[in-house]
This record gives sequence, structure tokens and C-alpha cells, in this order.
Amino acid sequence: MSVLPTLGTLFRPSQLFSFKGVHPDPRKYLSSESEIETMPIPTLIRLPLQQHIGAEAEPVVQRDDYVLKGQLIAKARGPVSANIHAPTSGRVIAVGHFTAPHPSGLPVPTITIRPDGEDTWGPHLPRIRPENATPEEIAAQVAEAGIVGMGGATFPSAVKLNLRAKYDLHTLVINGAECEPYLTCDDRLMRERAEEIADGIGIMGRALGVKQIIVAIESNKPQAIDAMSRYNRALDYTFQVKVVPTQYPMGSEKHLVRLLTGKETPARALTADLGVVVHNVATAHAVHNAVRYGEPLITRIVTVSGRGIKRPANVKVLLGTPVSEVIAHCGGFVEEPDRLLLGGPMMGQPIANRRVPIVKGSNGILALTRAETPGNEVMPCIRCGRCVQGCPVGLTPFEMNARIQADDLDGAAKIGLMDCLTCGCCSYNCPANISLVQTFHFAKGKLAEKQSRKHQAEETKRLAAARQAREEAIAEAKRQAMAKRKAEMDAKKKADAAKAAAAAATAATAQGEANP
Amino acid sequence: MTAQPLLAAPHTHTVFTVSRTMLAVVLALAPATFFGLYQFGWPAVFLFCVTVLSAYLFELACLWVAGKPLGQFARDGSALLSGWLVAMTLPPYAPWWVGVIGSGIAIVIAKHLFGGLGQNLFNPAMVARAMLLIALPVQMTTWVPPVGLFDGPGFVHSLAITFAGSTEFDAVSSASTLSHIKSQLGAGASMGAITPDLADLKARLIGLVPGSMGETSTVLILLGGLALVFMRIITLAIPLSVLGTIAALSAIASSLAPDRFAPPILHLTSGSTMLCAFFIATDYVTSPVSALGKMLYGIGIGALIFVIRTWGSFPEGVAFAVLLMNACTPLIETYVRPRVFGRTRTGKPLPIAKPKRSAKDTGAKA
Repeated sequence: MSVLPTLGTLFRPSQLFSFKGVHPDPRKYLSSESEIETMPIPTLIRLPLQQHIGAEAEPVVQRDDYVLKGQLIAKARGPVSANIHAPTSGRVIAVGHFTAPHPSGLPVPTITIRPDGEDTWGPHLPRIRPENATPEEIAAQVAEAGIVGMGGATFPSAVKLNLRAKYDLHTLVINGAECEPYLTCDDRLMRERAEEIADGIGIMGRALGVKQIIVAIESNKPQAIDAMSRYNRALDYTFQVKVVPTQYPMGSEKHLVRLLTGKETPARALTADLGVVVHNVATAHAVHNAVRYGEPLITRIVTVSGRGIKRPANVKVLLGTPVSEVIAHCGGFVEEPDRLLLGGPMMGQPIANRRVPIVKGSNGILALTRAETPGNEVMPCIRCGRCVQGCPVGLTPFEMNARIQADDLDGAAKIGLMDCLTCGCCSYNCPANISLVQTFHFAKGKLAEKQSRKHQAEETKRLAAARQAREEAIAEAKRQAMAKRKAEMDAKKKADAAKAAAAAATAATAQGEANP
Repeated sequence: MTAQPLLAAPHTHTVFTVSRTMLAVVLALAPATFFGLYQFGWPAVFLFCVTVLSAYLFELACLWVAGKPLGQFARDGSALLSGWLVAMTLPPYAPWWVGVIGSGIAIVIAKHLFGGLGQNLFNPAMVARAMLLIALPVQMTTWVPPVGLFDGPGFVHSLAITFAGSTEFDAVSSASTLSHIKSQLGAGASMGAITPDLADLKARLIGLVPGSMGETSTVLILLGGLALVFMRIITLAIPLSVLGTIAALSAIASSLAPDRFAPPILHLTSGSTMLCAFFIATDYVTSPVSALGKMLYGIGIGALIFVIRTWGSFPEGVAFAVLLMNACTPLIETYVRPRVFGRTRTGKPLPIAKPKRSAKDTGAKA
């Protein structure tokens, strides 16, 4: 390592004035030339019920049930959720809790299946012909197949395909940027399955009813660009393949849209407000499989890389496969890794338990050696401004950090904490190695908690007030009813008395008449 | 198991660290410094060593008193850089204690009393220079001609000059370019009459003029500064705005009254203009971080340098200009921030251009 940057960054004139975004060492060569290989069926499959953004899926199988490949085992709950299917045939041995593929390592509801090795398909979803299908039918099929954003965000794709009901959409952007270092799963997918991806893109375009489709690929993937340019037609669409600069975070939805369309998505709005929807290439591939062949989302391609891995590869694995088995499939470790990650090195999550499963959003397993990871010596901030120069959102991370450290969360929020993408550019750049992103995660969580506390307090107050009002109303009603009743009673009594008096009088008269 | 408590993304990092950055700046300063040391001979070498070494010792002492981890902070290179910059601004034949006091002021008062690395409001080297200039006007303005290492005083004589206060050297005859202009203009001479007495442009560019130890060679400092720009340690925002402002103001002034004001080229190639623009004003800790803020800061420094040189009582105004603008940095920082993505400069979300789709054309397909 040297003080000098690489030659490539040296001669970029714009960078002499401003260094927006960062250029981490891509290190994609480790796995970029390995063809996608299919991993054999693992010994155990563990499927967390929450592999997506939104509500947890609801299990529809029980312990000891025999499930077939592709069978629905947990169904979506509520409008933003996703179905989960059995990746292979076998027996459900538990519907309980297992460690989440997340740094917390907390147990989450999980269905565990012991594969029988037969890999027997159950009934497929009904195939549909996208040429004749309505957008609603396509979206329903995608929802049925349990497809979520495969780039890592895991937002249920069907919800995004249904945006046409609310927004005036004109452009579909297919995100093949894959800006995270090391990861090559999308690159390989585009090189090897371009035709299938193209079909999936066409299907999504039809479902969204857009006018144009742009496929954005970073300039460091020339073969993928070639492949996608060859297969650039599907259904009625001819799409543009646009080469975007290799820069992190190019794959960030709003930044990609700004680069491609020149329009900036307003804060707190969606790209759909500009008429643009962004989907990942792997999602397009999954949509193709679901619509053309009726296959639910039960596999995904995972990049297994890092210098700690003996044989870096791109592996097609069944969802739910334990990370340890994928690593074993790739020859195990060269040396004990310093960090084991799910995802890329910029935003990936470290995992402590190696038996956690691959889920829908896992795009990589990285075993990073000590030489690849930052040291843990932290220096004070020297206000060099590299975090500011690198921040793709235009925040001042060093200042936010200072405010958070001083326990001034509201002050940090005022200068844009909530706009932070937690992309990691600031921490990557920081010469003092301050864990800025971690601080921002913490502060965001704290603020959310505070907000929810406040909301809760307000809600309690509101409910208490409502209850008091209700009770008063009831008491008032009671009082009125009592008063009314009393009035009635009085009236009745009076009437009775009058009647009795009248009767007595009559009787007396009668008596008087009778006894003259 | 790799169950460490602190493991947060990102899991990769640039090659830049605090100590590498400091080292890069020192490397960029090295050519101009060593050229200066060669020009001014042994006394300069001794003074330089004493200053840098004492800066380092002061740093260690301060760290020890503050209870900070010595091993980590002593290697960060910031004391080396501060001491180095203080040395570069000293007159070459100044006695050793001037260097020690200078580095003491820089490290103890300007840096560690404010909280150490990254906490200082004012540039340590400039605080030292300003204080020395006011407290020790004689020692700080005793200039000698650059004669080269082998034609200057010998080793032993030099030891006497630096450490024993020997004054057996020819100092009176030479004045720095700026002090000469100042005194002559003050005496009522016109610029046209002074110019023939000054060193020619080539000498000023290469560094064959009297001046501070490491400030004389305009070209070498410029090259070092450009190296920093290419290494992406600094941006061009501050140097360009400092130099541009000085050049623009002096160009206007000297075109209006050529006899009373020095021309731009003189301003740019004399005193510590270049050193200030590339190495002092660009100090991370004491300058704003946003590009626009940097420009405002640079313009302020440039304007103040011109004003102090022209109308102030000191021939050189770099230290005061930098300190005054250092004081403005928090203010600039508060009001000049980068625009946040998706928001206007005032922080409101951008307006949404397209209206939401009306219900009637939902079914239409392109």
C-alpha cells in the first residue's frame, strides 16, 4: 500500500476539485471469471419467515409435514410481504426460531426442512403468457412467486410493479451497476443468462406500462455490457444499455436515476414520483422464471469471495442453505477470516454464526482476511473533509458525528441525519478510521425510538382523553336518563295520584249516590 | 469465531490514514525545505533540527500530561508537520531558542491547550509565527543572503551562530523582498524606483533571495503543492482562491497607481504567499470543509494578505491573515454547507415535478 492513489484516479480532472462518491478497490477479479455453478442440495434448509421488507410471512405448514419443491410454506401477510416456498422436497422438522442472518444473531421465526434428496417438484404455479396477460396478472404472478428485490433491499417486487396505479410511470431502470466491491453475481448472471434477463425486463416493463427501459451497467463489466446489448429486445420493448461510471454508490436507486435521467428525486419521495421505477437484474431473472415457467423464488446466485476463501466462485444456491455449507462447497477457508460477511464490503453485515442461512437478499458471502479489512486504531477527527467530499447525499458526516457524540441527536437530525443512506462512503474515506456509519445507525435507531415513545405517549394521552370524554358522556347520558326517568316517574305518579284522586272522587260520588 | 464487539460496515478502507496524510505533506514540503537548508547553510540546518525535535518533545510531553496513548499519537506525524512548518517560517540565522519557543507555542499553546489533534481553532504554525513576530521583532526580521552550504559560515562558526548567539555575520545588508518594498514605499520612494534594487524574478522563483528558511523557493513549493493536489490530499479550491485574490487585488491596485503598489507577480513570488496558499491555508483542522466554504476562506485570506502587506505595519501579513480567517471558519462552516440530495439549499425537499397519475388513464398501456 502506498500513499499514492492508483493511476486511474490520478488523471481524473474533475476529482481535483471534488471527490463525490468513492472508488474502493473493486477486487472483482477474484470471482468474476468463475462461471455460475449449482450447489448440491444441502443437508438442512432454514427459511426465516422474514426475508423481505414488510410484514413477516405466516407459516402454512407444520412440523413433520412433507413438502414438495416449490410448495408454498409461508404466505404473505398484509399488503407489503412476500410468500416463501420450499426450495426442495423434504420434511419440515421444525417451525420455530433460529439465529437470524444478521449481526444481532437474535433468534427469528424460521421453518427448518430436512431435504430428502429427491428434489421432487410439486405443482408449478400456472404459467402465463406475458404477451397476452394484463399487468395485474403479471404482478399477481410475481407476488405469488414471492419475488423481492434481489439487489439486497428485498422490497417485495409485486408492490413495486403495482405502482402504476398511483404514479405516472414512463421509465423502467434495470440496475446492473453492482457497485459493491467483490460481488460478481449480477455480472455473471448478465453474462450467462442475458436472454432470460431481457425477457424478464420486458415482462416487468409490460407490467409497469412504461415507455422506455434503461439497463444501467458499470463500466467495469464489459462482457455483461456486450451480452445485454446483444439481447436488448423483449416483448414490445427495445431497451437502451447505458454504461455508467464505476463508482460507489452507483447502485443507489436515486443516484442512478439522477445520472440516467438528470432528475433528482426529492427528499422523502420515491423515484416513482419522477415516473421512474428501478429493479435489479437478478429480480428480472426471477420474474422471467416465475412468469414463463411458474417457478417461485427458491434459488439465488451468491458470490463467495474474499482472500479467505480457497476457491472464490459464483454459486447458485437454494434459499435456506447454511453459509457454512456454501463455504465448504468453495473449498473452505485459506486462513481464518478476520471478518465473515453477508453482502458486500461497503454495506454487508458481519455474521458470527456460520450456520445462518442464505436468504433472498444475500448477494455475497465474503471471508475477508486481516489484510483486507481496516485496522481498528481510531484517531481523532482532523476535519479533513474527506467524508464531506465522499458523501453522495451532500451531508457533513464529521459534524453529525460530533453532534451525536455530544448527545445532540436533534441537532444531528437537523443537519440531515435522516437523509443518510448509510452507504459507508464517509467511513471508507475517513483517515482517522472513525466508525461514522455505525454512529449514524445508532443515532437513527435512537431517534426512531424517541419518535415512537413520543408517539406512544401522545397516543396514550389521546386515548385517556377519549376515555374520559366517553365516560363523561356515559355519565351524562345516565344522568339524563335518570332525570328523564325521574320526570316520567313523577309524571306517572302525578297521573296516578290524579287518577286515584279522580277514582276516589268518583267512588265517593258513587257511594254518595248509592247511599243517599 | 470472529465475535468482536465492534464490527460495522464498511469492511474496507482507503489507504489514507492520518499519519500517511501527514507524511505526504511532509514529503511535499521536503524539496523546498532542503533547498532552503542548502542555500542558508549550517545555521539553518541546526535551527531546523532543533525546532522539529523540540516540537516532537513538546508533543510527547503534552500527550503524557493529557494522559493520551503515547504510542498511537506519537506516530501520527502531526507534531512533525507543525514543527516543520514553524521551522520553515523562521529566519535562518535565528538563535536556537527562537525555534524552541516557536515550536512550544505551536504545540503547547496552539494545539494541546485547545484539546490536541483536530481540536485547535488556529493554525499552530501561524500562531507561533505571529507571536514570535510580535515578541521578537529583531530576531524574526534578521535576514541573510543565501550563499549556499559551502560558501556560508563553517560548521563550528555555525554552531556559534545558532547556539551561542554569535552575531558575526552580514545581516544588515540584506532585507527580504517584502520588507524592502515596505520600507522604501514608506520612505516615499516610488515602485518604479525600487524595482531595480529587488532580486529579479528568476531568483525569486528559484529561491536565491533572502527570506525565511523554507519559503524562498516559489517553484519548489508550487511543485510540492501540486503534488499534494495530485495525491488528492488537498483540493485546488483554497490555493486558487488565495492566489487569485492576491493577484486580482494587486493587479487592480497597481494598474490604478503603479507607483504606490507592488505588481501581482511580486506579491505571488515573495514572502510566504506560495507556502500559505498550498500548505498553511489548506490545513485541514482550521479550514472549512465544503468547497464553497473553502473558496470564501481562501478569498478572505488573499484579501487580508494584500491589505496587511499594503497598508499594515508589517511587511508580511500571511500569519495574521490566516489567523483571522481561522477565526471565521466556524462561521463559514455554519452558513455554508453542501446542498443535500433531494433538497433545496434551505433544506426543504425539492418540489415534486409531476403530478400523481389521475385515476382515469390507469388502464392505458403504451
